[in-house]
Amino acid sequence: MDNEHALSAGSSRRNLLKCLAWAGTGIAWTVAGGVPQGSEIGFGTAALAASRGFTFVQISDSHIGFKGAVNPMPDATLQQALDHIARLPLRPAMMIHTGDVSHLSKPVEFDAAQQILKGAGLDIHYIPGEHDVIGDDGKEFFARFGGMRRAPGGWYSWDQGGVHFVALVNVLGFKPATGGTLGAAQIEWLEKDLRPRSASTPIVVMAHVPLWPVYPPWGWATDDAAQALRSLKRFGSVTVLNGHIHQVVQKIEGNVSFRTALSTAFPQPAGGRGPGPGPMKVAADRLKALLGLRAVNYVPGVGVAETDITLA
Amino acid sequence: MIATIKRRTLLCAAGAALLLSAAAVSGRQPNAAAANSRQIAIENFAFVPATVTVTAGTEIVWVNHDEEPHTVNSIDTAAAFKSPPLDTGDKFTFVFSRPGRYTYFCSIHPHMVGTITVK
Repeated sequence: MDNEHALSAGSSRRNLLKCLAWAGTGIAWTVAGGVPQGSEIGFGTAALAASRGFTFVQISDSHIGFKGAVNPMPDATLQQALDHIARLPLRPAMMIHTGDVSHLSKPVEFDAAQQILKGAGLDIHYIPGEHDVIGDDGKEFFARFGGMRRAPGGWYSWDQGGVHFVALVNVLGFKPATGGTLGAAQIEWLEKDLRPRSASTPIVVMAHVPLWPVYPPWGWATDDAAQALRSLKRFGSVTVLNGHIHQVVQKIEGNVSFRTALSTAFPQPAGGRGPGPGPMKVAADRLKALLGLRAVNYVPGVGVAETDITLA
Repeated sequence: MIATIKRRTLLCAAGAALLLSAAAVSGRQPNAAAANSRQIAIENFAFVPATVTVTAGTEIVWVNHDEEPHTVNSIDTAAAFKSPPLDTGDKFTFVFSRPGRYTYFCSIHPHMVGTITVK
């Protein structure tokens, strides 16, 4: 896939969407005023500097405790991501972490992650990944990263900067041969949470596993996401931010824009490329170009624009 | 494409070699608690072999060869077995004393499913 192909004036909507389907090769997509604009990853900060409004950052899949050959020091790369955030032209209002904070749900890993993330000096909103809830259904994770406002299942919502944020948990209750699951209780809660809000309220949804079927054979899907998305359809601007697959993939469906994020720890192959969704082995000098974070800027009346920034 | 096929063939060969060596080890050093021992490799996000038939009293040893952690979680309540997260090189052992068909999966990667039939 190449940038020119997606952006050429004559390309059909189908071609555009086809190209948008896999954006993991180094193109970030921003949406301003409803027009998708491609920009090379790493060059988006200038655009960010020029913009106004409310900015927050997304980090994902820090996997503290991972010791694989591709990156035996995920704590150092997480720190580098925070250093990038500190250098952003606009200081973010807060940070979201879309899960897999730890690699094995071990208290020592959570301790190390908390110690590093505290250094960002930002308010951080967390949701767990499946690596954070191993063996205890997230008890340890929620004790550390759960706020007072949470529902018993760990999901929550809040309003900030004119945006309504919804944090969903889709890594509990995994059943054999399925993907992520939200469950009936959470879907019902979401409907109630959204009901009183006007359709013009911008909505940002965070969840670990993608809320659309990116690659179901590897579990890169949320089985009951369609039910949850039904209550989001009436809103004019919905941005769904996911993690889990350690690469940027985007899809736009009506007013809903779906985006997965880079990991700060290690890359994964595109869906179906190779035997499984494990760490992708890359040369040491390529690693940082495949790790990163995302800055999200909301300008009232204009829209939501994301910039993916690599550690390279 | 050729490279992919070659790689798969090599991985299959590696899996087979692992199983053969496991059989050899248990043959020489039978576990005191179990009459027999079988090893199941966890590699490339799969239980290898995914389907195993053993006699009652057999000890199954799962070994994780992936860089990703995995778990071994029974679906059936009749013989609840649930491993802690198995990091690279970690093993989990369970002795199947009663006949039956036991399906299990990895709770981190639910598409990984295996079955033990105990006769």
